[in-house]
Amino acid sequence: MELYEYSVSALKKMLQNKKVSSREVTEAFLDRIEIIDGKVQAYITKTAEEALKKADEIDSKRQKGEELPSLAGIPMALKDNLCTKDIKTTCASKNLYNFKPPYSATVVEKLDKNGAVMLGKLNMDEFAMGSSCENSRFFSTRNPWDLERVPGGSSGGSAAAVAAREASYTLGSDTGGSIRQPASFCGVVGLKPTYGRVSRYGLVAFASSLDQIGPFANTVEDVALVLQAIAGHDPMDSTSVDIPVPDYSEALQGDIKGMKIGIPREYFPDELSSDVKDVVQKGIKKLEDLGAIVEECSMPHTEYALPTYYIVAPAEASSNLARYDGVRYGYRDKDAKNVLEMFMKTRNEGFGEEVKRRIMIGTYALSSGYYDAYYLKALKVRTLIRRDFESAFEKYDCLVSPTSPSVAFKLGDRVDDPLAMYLSDLFTVPANMAGIPAISLPCGFSEGLPVGMQIMGKAFAEETILKVAHAFEKNSDFQGQKPRGVE
Amino acid sequence: MNQKYETVIGLEVHSELKTNSKIFCDCTTEFGGEPNTHTCPVCLGLPGVLPVLNKKVVDYAIKAGLALNCEIASFCKFDRKNYFYPDLPKAYQISQYDLPICKNGKLEIEVDGKKKTIGITRIHMEEDAGKLIHQGDKIAEAESSLVDYNRAGVPLIEIVSEPDMRSPEEARAYMEMLKAILQYIDVSDCKMQEGSLRCDANVSVRPIGTKEFGTKTEIKNLNSFKALQKALEYEIERQIEVLEDGGKIVQETRSWDESKGITVSLRTKEEAHDYRYFPEPDLVPLKIDEEWIEKIRKTLPELPNERKKRLVEEFGLPEYDAGVITSSKALADFFDKCLEGYDKPKIVSNWIMGELSRLLNANDLEVEDCPIEPQDLVELLKLMDKGTISGKIAKEVFEEMFATGKKAGRVVKEKGLEQISDASELESIIEQVIAENPKPVEDYRNGKEKALGALVGQVMKATRGKANPQLVNKILKEKL
Amino acid sequence: MRITKKDVEHVALLSRLDLTEEEKEAYTKQLNSIIDYMNKINELDTEGVEPTAHVLPIYNVMREDEVGESLDREKVLENAPEKENGQFKVPRIV
Repeated sequence: MELYEYSVSALKKMLQNKKVSSREVTEAFLDRIEIIDGKVQAYITKTAEEALKKADEIDSKRQKGEELPSLAGIPMALKDNLCTKDIKTTCASKNLYNFKPPYSATVVEKLDKNGAVMLGKLNMDEFAMGSSCENSRFFSTRNPWDLERVPGGSSGGSAAAVAAREASYTLGSDTGGSIRQPASFCGVVGLKPTYGRVSRYGLVAFASSLDQIGPFANTVEDVALVLQAIAGHDPMDSTSVDIPVPDYSEALQGDIKGMKIGIPREYFPDELSSDVKDVVQKGIKKLEDLGAIVEECSMPHTEYALPTYYIVAPAEASSNLARYDGVRYGYRDKDAKNVLEMFMKTRNEGFGEEVKRRIMIGTYALSSGYYDAYYLKALKVRTLIRRDFESAFEKYDCLVSPTSPSVAFKLGDRVDDPLAMYLSDLFTVPANMAGIPAISLPCGFSEGLPVGMQIMGKAFAEETILKVAHAFEKNSDFQGQKPRGVE
Repeated sequence: MNQKYETVIGLEVHSELKTNSKIFCDCTTEFGGEPNTHTCPVCLGLPGVLPVLNKKVVDYAIKAGLALNCEIASFCKFDRKNYFYPDLPKAYQISQYDLPICKNGKLEIEVDGKKKTIGITRIHMEEDAGKLIHQGDKIAEAESSLVDYNRAGVPLIEIVSEPDMRSPEEARAYMEMLKAILQYIDVSDCKMQEGSLRCDANVSVRPIGTKEFGTKTEIKNLNSFKALQKALEYEIERQIEVLEDGGKIVQETRSWDESKGITVSLRTKEEAHDYRYFPEPDLVPLKIDEEWIEKIRKTLPELPNERKKRLVEEFGLPEYDAGVITSSKALADFFDKCLEGYDKPKIVSNWIMGELSRLLNANDLEVEDCPIEPQDLVELLKLMDKGTISGKIAKEVFEEMFATGKKAGRVVKEKGLEQISDASELESIIEQVIAENPKPVEDYRNGKEKALGALVGQVMKATRGKANPQLVNKILKEKL
Repeated sequence: MRITKKDVEHVALLSRLDLTEEEKEAYTKQLNSIIDYMNKINELDTEGVEPTAHVLPIYNVMREDEVGESLDREKVLENAPEKENGQFKVPRIV
């Protein structure tokens, strides 16, 4: 077995027992990237030099017998919307093609203190808007299971890098499914924590009331380890909650006998492809076999979540992306004769089609005369969606559904049909609207492509969904399959 | 002004709060640093940053609300006001829209002895923008501009009045009273020249007797009391002229051009303003309970009107004097300090309202920057009382003190200004004056009492004003 | 409710996007179909429902009024497309 194939927890033990050095592990991943990334195209920026420097630092500390934190010496990579001091942070946008932040995101600082070795920055849909990674202004990342297919999005690079073993774990961000949907498409585990669980400081904002940072890894145990390192209150983020962080690895122990799981029937609509449906239902059966009490339930406002999301998120985005005006950083149209022209041209050239589309929708929804009909109305519907979850969680410990209505689609298939693209977020958006945690984990295959199962939990009950996911993973028989596109 | 019309004025006043750090980050609020040295990722609006509210800003906003008799909201939130301008780093300003922290307040003003209450619609908290420096100074001519974000994120409160004012004088009185109150409660420096107190005026006119408001214009760039009054006077006349000529007032924003003494339209063709306010998702709402409000209420000092009453009742000052002295906290403090060492209130108020104010105005200084300390004035007054110097000389000494910062005693000594109260010294001078001025001497002796004045004047002239006037009178009468 | 090309032009100006003619045409079409889809929420009766602007029931998150370090000016201006005398330079305002 190659070093890059080990899980985070396995690498952790090997490093602790000095079976291997961080330099060796880091070099293994850097070599892997050299060989594979030409096909997968997960990385926007590679930081090999910095990675090796950090690996050596960790190794020398370990040699001296210093006590090291849990992720010390393990190579990882970050979605390119997480600010990294003095290292380009582009959001896959022309607007930020050369932007080097003078500060690091809180999660980046936390991982750094945890001894993490950063291999580079990962591709994404521009400003996290998209479901296929095709909206990157630089290039499209490929799905390691089938290089003709998309890895999902917007954190497509983060999912593909983990699937292709180009990083042992990665971070992404999830506003409407941007961690879970690509995790599902790439056959890896991806967690969107509760809104407020992980600091957003330094995450380039898309929709502030929905955005959350979360981990990708190949196992649930690894995801728990990474969550442990990034969770917690941050005085720099007023919306990060000041409550204790539980021991997530501890929470994985034990079985799920007697646990109550709701299956909302609205998450199995006619649009759902029958193979995805079959695979997920088999997965649910497995949970039942493991002793969970599974019951069908109803979440009546589910069908309104997506239209609501596509008002709320673009509205916030239209404001969050207003700052890319060419004055202080990033791209500027140099020929403009005056400031208005500079704003108009810089922004029109700097943003890609989908981003502009969403800015337009959001501006429209907030504009005078339409605010009440769209934005305010959407916030009210958001309340109804939250209430659906509140009443469901009175009865159930968690809710299980497919992560996305389909498996990974082909590159180019949906680029001309924005609405069709939006539909791949159908099942992931509600968790963002309600702010609750949700995880996607591999649950089987359809025609050789991974299918993801989504487990949603109560706010701040990441332990519960991790436990269910872990129990499922331990008892499934398809783990360890290697993505065909890169083997 | 045309007697057929009535003026309606409402003011929007922005006041920078004197916190140490900015409203959403910990950069200093200090005025006048090198450009862009008081900035950080947060106030520069870099990608990924988030605001964290400074508690002091809320405390100060509550304090201002209480001093202006407002209701303090038990629940309020922040909103984003979206617009593009190079001095606005995030291209939105964090402000408060539909749920401001204070509302329904009032303020009492006095114009020509008549008291009037002006309603305060609301007070809300927001962040200031940066500053643009136009190359060549004038925005219209500048080929390019430079942006300094030191001011971006300095906390502001915006105080919006009801359209209750009916003349430029009332608007000025409101503004002066508001400034006094904000200074009394110590939440703002209120330095109009530095822009820590700024004012926009909404003004319209309507035929007397009509109930509906006329179309209003908004006037910006009013950075002194004088500018406020002059701009309003101009704008009112302009509007009346338009109406008299059968025209219509266009609702628009106009800027006061101080040098030309006119208001000019700031309209741009396509700029329809649509701020697209929505709740700021990066900040959580505020709940303000009674306990918090009471804690702030306890810190409220004596306010201008209360203090004025005290000066009248306790020191027997005329209403007018008390009004002038309490119009500024610094002036009133100066007065109180003087009285700690000197017990003639009316004399102190005369000096403050007379010489002190005259010199401050002439030198364009605020009381806070006055080179003369209260105890210095007291020393001077005591020298006068003792007869060391005359009243006239005292004014000369005061000017010197003001100009050099020297103490009264030292000025008197250095310039040899002690009053001559030595009878023998005066006698010889007086004898000489009598000898040189036979005409008034004769007049006096013939019963013209007034002629004595001319002789006293000559003596004073001969002594360069240092002679003790009472003594001169006495000796002259004796000799004649 | 139909969105016209004129609406698109107005929204583009508010958004400071200098759309090409082609983009205007395309966005007019797309925005209409997207807004049609959004209109689904108008099926719901939300009379008396409180809007959710924040999912978390937290209030009064504040910091003390303490001054910290500002950024070095070199860092402040590092990413500036154009700078002069320690400031960001922009073309003429009017």
